[in-house]
Amino acid sequence: MALLTLARPQLLRTLRPRAYGLGSRSLYGRATEFLQNHDPDLSESQRMVRQEIAKICSDFPDNYWAKVDETHQFPTELYEALASQGWLGICLPQRYGGSELGISEAAVMMQTIAESGGGMTGASSIHMNIFGLEPVAKFGTDEQKERWLTPLIAGRHRACFGVTEPNTGLDTLQLQATARRSGTGYVLSGQKIWISTAQRADKILILVRTTPRDRVKKPSQGLSLFYTDLQVPQVQITEIPKMGRAAVDTNSLFFDDWHVPEVDRVGQEDEGFRMILHGMNAERILIGAEALGLGFAALRRAALYANERQVFGRPIGQNQGIQHPLADSWMKLEAARMMIYQAARLYDQGYTDGEYANAGKYLAAEAAFEACERAILAHGGMGYAKEYHVERYLREVFIPRIAPVSREMILNYVGERVLGLPRSY
Amino acid sequence: MSGLRILVPIKRVIDYAIKPRINKAQTGVETAGVKHSLNPFDELSIEEAVRLRERKGPIKVEDILALSAGGPKAPDVLRTAMAMGADRAFHIDVPDKGDGGPEPLTVAKMLQAVVKEQNINLVLLGKQAIDGDQGQTGQMLAGLLGWPQATQASKVEIKDEAGTVEVTHEVDGGVETLRAKLPMVITTDLRLNEPRYASLPNIMKAKKKPLEKKTLADLGVEDVRRLKTVRVIEPPPRKGGGKVEDVDGLVSKLKELGAL
Repeated sequence: MALLTLARPQLLRTLRPRAYGLGSRSLYGRATEFLQNHDPDLSESQRMVRQEIAKICSDFPDNYWAKVDETHQFPTELYEALASQGWLGICLPQRYGGSELGISEAAVMMQTIAESGGGMTGASSIHMNIFGLEPVAKFGTDEQKERWLTPLIAGRHRACFGVTEPNTGLDTLQLQATARRSGTGYVLSGQKIWISTAQRADKILILVRTTPRDRVKKPSQGLSLFYTDLQVPQVQITEIPKMGRAAVDTNSLFFDDWHVPEVDRVGQEDEGFRMILHGMNAERILIGAEALGLGFAALRRAALYANERQVFGRPIGQNQGIQHPLADSWMKLEAARMMIYQAARLYDQGYTDGEYANAGKYLAAEAAFEACERAILAHGGMGYAKEYHVERYLREVFIPRIAPVSREMILNYVGERVLGLPRSY
Repeated sequence: MSGLRILVPIKRVIDYAIKPRINKAQTGVETAGVKHSLNPFDELSIEEAVRLRERKGPIKVEDILALSAGGPKAPDVLRTAMAMGADRAFHIDVPDKGDGGPEPLTVAKMLQAVVKEQNINLVLLGKQAIDGDQGQTGQMLAGLLGWPQATQASKVEIKDEAGTVEVTHEVDGGVETLRAKLPMVITTDLRLNEPRYASLPNIMKAKKKPLEKKTLADLGVEDVRRLKTVRVIEPPPRKGGGKVEDVDGLVSKLKELGAL
């Protein structure tokens, strides 16, 4: 293949797998091929997404992700590459530049970005754009959709998502931030926490209370949803230093006397919670898929290293003590993948219950966590060195374990809804 | 000249990042379960055809027809070509017989038939496919058609409405510029352009573009083999080098090997 001698960036895109010194035996191992596309269960459009995203992500090698993590630089280049090729609109309406594919395809996209080495850093840099504006797509007016979705899909507006508050956590119905009517709009005040990408976001989708809890008929009422400009002096955005994913900022927001015009309210007043609920299963599926990507990335590194690293005159991967935990991790990741993609398929078919989306997210995050841990252990001391990337994966894999809903709340959900047991909280 | 009607023949090959392995029977390279993609040189031809349209030069691009001969997976690369900007595609159904596919002359004859049938006036081909590395099809096609050809293009320019084309290509010691009149055959080389990624909306649109299936017989061509592959083997493994202490050591070593 004479071509390989010609060094040209575009042709080097996917040459990366070679840099690992693959042994001949490992060449066609599915778990060791960089962003393999042989999963027998994928549909044609999922396979297409996997292939195209793999091409784009191949331009972002491991040292890119190590560097943005070290320097706390937002991965703008990936964001822009994906935006310029129309990927941010994968699930959004064609009328506004989207492609109207399903969560089944979006999950493949997010898994592939994470699996390319981007991990949660790569995935989170666009995560909110993929499904966050579903309430707008579903409940917004035509004028709002034109005004908001078109620039979002084109990458001109970056959006973030504000629901959680420091004093309420997962108890969303207790939200305290308020919006009160004032002239032609509302005045917002309160605080929000765990708002990813707020440092750079132009817009925020924010849920606040418009009617006090004691004056609503149902506890799920009284909250309203707004999509509005974020970078205003009345909003103070403070970054939270954290364990992993340093490149993508996470913030607390304090706001007072923040005027928001009525045209920026999504849907009916007091009906915001219902709109936010729509799309929660989708978000779990996507986070689960991102966890899978990270898990497969860790497993791949571990398997390649175990095949290459010689101790006592043979590759360490020849020892069952190394080999079996990795094999076990592949099975667990693959089992979680089956459930995530089943949940995605069901979602696309209109299924609204949450047991598969929740359980899939739970299983994917746990399998990924175990794979990341084992990847470090397989690397021995090298696994603790940043140079081998797996320690970064471990720091990032806590995100899908905790967010957007904790493991314990998922167990509660299954306990109550599937097993019919009394509510414990 | 009324408009450019461009034919871009493309091939699905083993991905260039994959290290090919010889099959057990030693008759060729193992292709089962191996990642395939669009031949990189063909990606350049598609890109150039699309850029000719986007540049809005003296002659308008009327039609970009992508064509691939191969088994049931060939449409994959045709969809890629259409996502990049080709208007339509022909899939010439040639069953996979594990013999490396039709020989260059067969392919050239097939293209000749398509050129005539579709009233093509410019054929843009990759200079070679990275599987067989034969690099003959473009030249044979130009010969069969009796058209001018410019090989290994690093720049293609349509100069005027009369169909004058200037093609630059790299030669030992510099670049050479050729001028010819349409219709013509051009083969593409690496420095011609940097192929785009197809955008998601264009990928979706490509699914609706026409893809027509034909056979060699439809085009009046027979898959005759003139060559027989006797055996395919791996090259011998490279031997490790030795280290020399200093420049003198290097010089004496080179002398010893007869290189100086």
